[in-house]
Amino acid sequence: MAPSHVQPGAPQEPSADRRLSTLVRHLLPSSPRRTAAEDSSATLESSPTMASQGCSVFAGLAQAPEDPILGVTVAFNKDPSPNKVNLGVGAYRTEEGKPLVLNVVRRAEQMLVNDPTRYKEYLPITGLADFNKLSAKLIFGADSPAIQENRVATVQCLSGTGSLRVGGEFLGRHYHERTIYIPQPTWGNHVKVFALSGLTVKTYRYYDPATRGLDLKGFLEDLSSAPTGAIVLLHACAHNPTGVDPTIDEWEQIRQLMRSKSMLPFFDSAYQGFASGNLDKDAQSVRMFVADGGELLMAQSYAKNMGLYGERVGALSIVCGSADVAGRVESQLKLVTRPMISSPPLHGASIVATILKDSEMYHEWTVELKAMADRIISMRQQLFDALKARGTPGDWSHIIKQIGMFTFTGLTSEQVAFMRQEYHIYMTSDGRISMAGLNAKNVNQLADAIHAAVTQLK
Amino acid sequence: MAALSRTVSSLSRRPQLQGLQSARQMSSLFGHVEPAPKDPILGVTEAFLADQSPDKVNVGGVRLPLRTPSSIPRSLAAGAYRDDNGKPLVLQCVREAERRIAGNLNMEYLPMGGSITMIEQSLKLAYGEDSEFIKDKKIAAVQALSGTGACRLFADFQKRFLPDSQIYIPTPTWSNHHNIWRDANVPQNKFTYYHPESRGLDFSGLMSDIKNAPDGSFFMLHACAHNPTGVDPTEEQWREISHLFKAKKHFPFFDMAYQGFASGDPERDAKAIRIFLEDGHQIGCAQSYAKNMGLYGQRVGCLSILCDDEKQAVAVKSQLQQLARPMYSNPPVHGALVVSIILNDPELKNLWLQEVKGMADRIIGMRTALKENLEKLGSPLSWEHITNQIGMFCYSGMTPEQVDRLTNEFHIYMTRNGRISMAGVTSGNVGYLANAIHEVTKPK
Repeated sequence: MAPSHVQPGAPQEPSADRRLSTLVRHLLPSSPRRTAAEDSSATLESSPTMASQGCSVFAGLAQAPEDPILGVTVAFNKDPSPNKVNLGVGAYRTEEGKPLVLNVVRRAEQMLVNDPTRYKEYLPITGLADFNKLSAKLIFGADSPAIQENRVATVQCLSGTGSLRVGGEFLGRHYHERTIYIPQPTWGNHVKVFALSGLTVKTYRYYDPATRGLDLKGFLEDLSSAPTGAIVLLHACAHNPTGVDPTIDEWEQIRQLMRSKSMLPFFDSAYQGFASGNLDKDAQSVRMFVADGGELLMAQSYAKNMGLYGERVGALSIVCGSADVAGRVESQLKLVTRPMISSPPLHGASIVATILKDSEMYHEWTVELKAMADRIISMRQQLFDALKARGTPGDWSHIIKQIGMFTFTGLTSEQVAFMRQEYHIYMTSDGRISMAGLNAKNVNQLADAIHAAVTQLK
Repeated sequence: MAALSRTVSSLSRRPQLQGLQSARQMSSLFGHVEPAPKDPILGVTEAFLADQSPDKVNVGGVRLPLRTPSSIPRSLAAGAYRDDNGKPLVLQCVREAERRIAGNLNMEYLPMGGSITMIEQSLKLAYGEDSEFIKDKKIAAVQALSGTGACRLFADFQKRFLPDSQIYIPTPTWSNHHNIWRDANVPQNKFTYYHPESRGLDFSGLMSDIKNAPDGSFFMLHACAHNPTGVDPTEEQWREISHLFKAKKHFPFFDMAYQGFASGDPERDAKAIRIFLEDGHQIGCAQSYAKNMGLYGQRVGCLSILCDDEKQAVAVKSQLQQLARPMYSNPPVHGALVVSIILNDPELKNLWLQEVKGMADRIIGMRTALKENLEKLGSPLSWEHITNQIGMFCYSGMTPEQVDRLTNEFHIYMTRNGRISMAGVTSGNVGYLANAIHEVTKPK
């Protein structure tokens, strides 16, 4: 059999004939006397450029749209203007506009690097045990009865996103009510996370554009008409994107309603310590729900409050009715994470554990955290003052009333586009700005841009 | 307001909380949740850790938790590499890379698709330094959470864009492969792979299953150092498999967790992939740095899919990112930094190549030693497969009953399918291990 279709120039391997006859035997067992040359179904093309001939199984696939939040940074990076300002992603920036690695984090990292006994072995599926315990204590309080009674199942996850997804998947498999209620508006990625977890996503009223504050009436009404046992996503503090948080009174009303309907709270805590500057104060809402003895889910992130963004450090805790239930729940959480990532990444969690277990480093962290929160609060005031000084029409007091990293400016998407075009200011199209991206140098540019947008585009 | 504050604080102190909690225990929303079955591999470690014997040996290939008591003499925990003293190893090139990172680099979010430089270097390793596919930008690639994450992203991608497709998985395979495609809701089929009688490859069974699968099926292939058997096709066999794949228009997805770790030479270990590329296949590939760079817990890997052209590669990458975003938003930076620093620095890369060869050579040396020890003991059985097989694992061919005897009588721990993690064998314990194996396998 002459291998006539072998590409010219390719080495004529002595086994080529044998290979072809083997192949023919496999393809045409009933016709052993047919040759490759006669039977086109045994003909092979050995062209190395076959892939370029358009036979991909994914040929029909469309390009996905940019992520609405991360896409802002992509667009920002492409902008050649020297005056551009990125107020898109919630990543802290110093007064000089630089990313910040906390001193205490650097120290922890150096300690880890210098320790020759440290290995990089796999963590257990549930993650670093110390990290898990310390994270639960951080959010629930060291004296929390739920912790003391071993009713908390905690697994290390990939920051807030990973914790939400693992929690969602767990609920999709094990919880009887497959609907989750999320606030309107909420962080853009929440919908996708829960949809892919197999949950139906519905919304409850949250933000009142008229007051730029909380629509408590709508909130409570929507939960009242939701089914018994529904899952409810709650932002523990510093609501993203609005910066509008319930007061303690309002939380109590929410809690009572939810517990009366056996609703399952799913807290998202991405800003503990970053909102008020105080870790315990920012955990009050969560602790109220734990104090009544009930169950809840808690997704925790260290991205912002420890500046560990890219290390992807977080934890999912489920407060259960009993230690026995918590044990079973933990075993099932492992079945969710094993086929996703096998086990979580070591580096960031080691840094967190190092800091949280050392009282001096913990204290240093609280000081640096408060400094970040204070700078943001100060930028709020500066922006407010700048708009006031320009006589920009409208009530801008929400800038100083809202809490956390973001301000929901109330700007329309047309105004946002205008500001991007004319002033090279980048924010998400819902008018959310990251205060962390502001500093004394660019706050006036922003105020000018807002002023222009508001006066020129109604 | 004051009344409400009192209510809030009293909730945490109220003695009736006990009653409330008992009520909660009976009505837990998760009271019906069943305990999950124990992992078949990790269960071995638990038993090993409980064993008090000073002679105990763990060749279970399990992943010990980070705090392995140092009192365990020859910890063979593996699934992770051990040096000749039975200790875990951090490569020098890794330590150096970490020294450069600490205190110098920030921890900002990576893009959704991960570290560009890490991806570039990973593609060179898998596809070849001078690969035209890289030059022509035809490969869609994203950083992934080690091999697991890469396989999972691919499975999710397969489900979303080819919802009617299934995956063919070899028998046997790493157990988590089944979990991954199951959780992605992609139906699974098995294809013949291991031949128990010869402890080698069932090549005709393999080819038959490839032929009988419907045209255009998706196959998951271990690029080298098959886990758990250590049995790899020869180069010649790979060529025949590739040709049959071409005729059947099958899609090969390579899981490459041991590049460099199998033979000691990363180029050689990528041979199967290169053969398929030469033959013009569209391939997918999951890469892991867990073993070959000893980065286990850092979870660093790469998923790549070869496309028709740059435009398609951009589209595919964008869709992979859409799957990553609701799973973890963007991948962890630390491990990716370690990998890129090493692979971008010629000196560090050379050091890495030496170190990975060192690990592979030690394992190959232990295979030889184990076989020779068994032969010296006068075992009438054939132990050729110990040195024929490659990579971290050896499928010994021992029965579950023989494995149980090893554990109960000799305190040697391995999985009941007879898989030995060669990484856990040392010059200090190979004699003991050989003796025990001989004892339980010799004819009565």
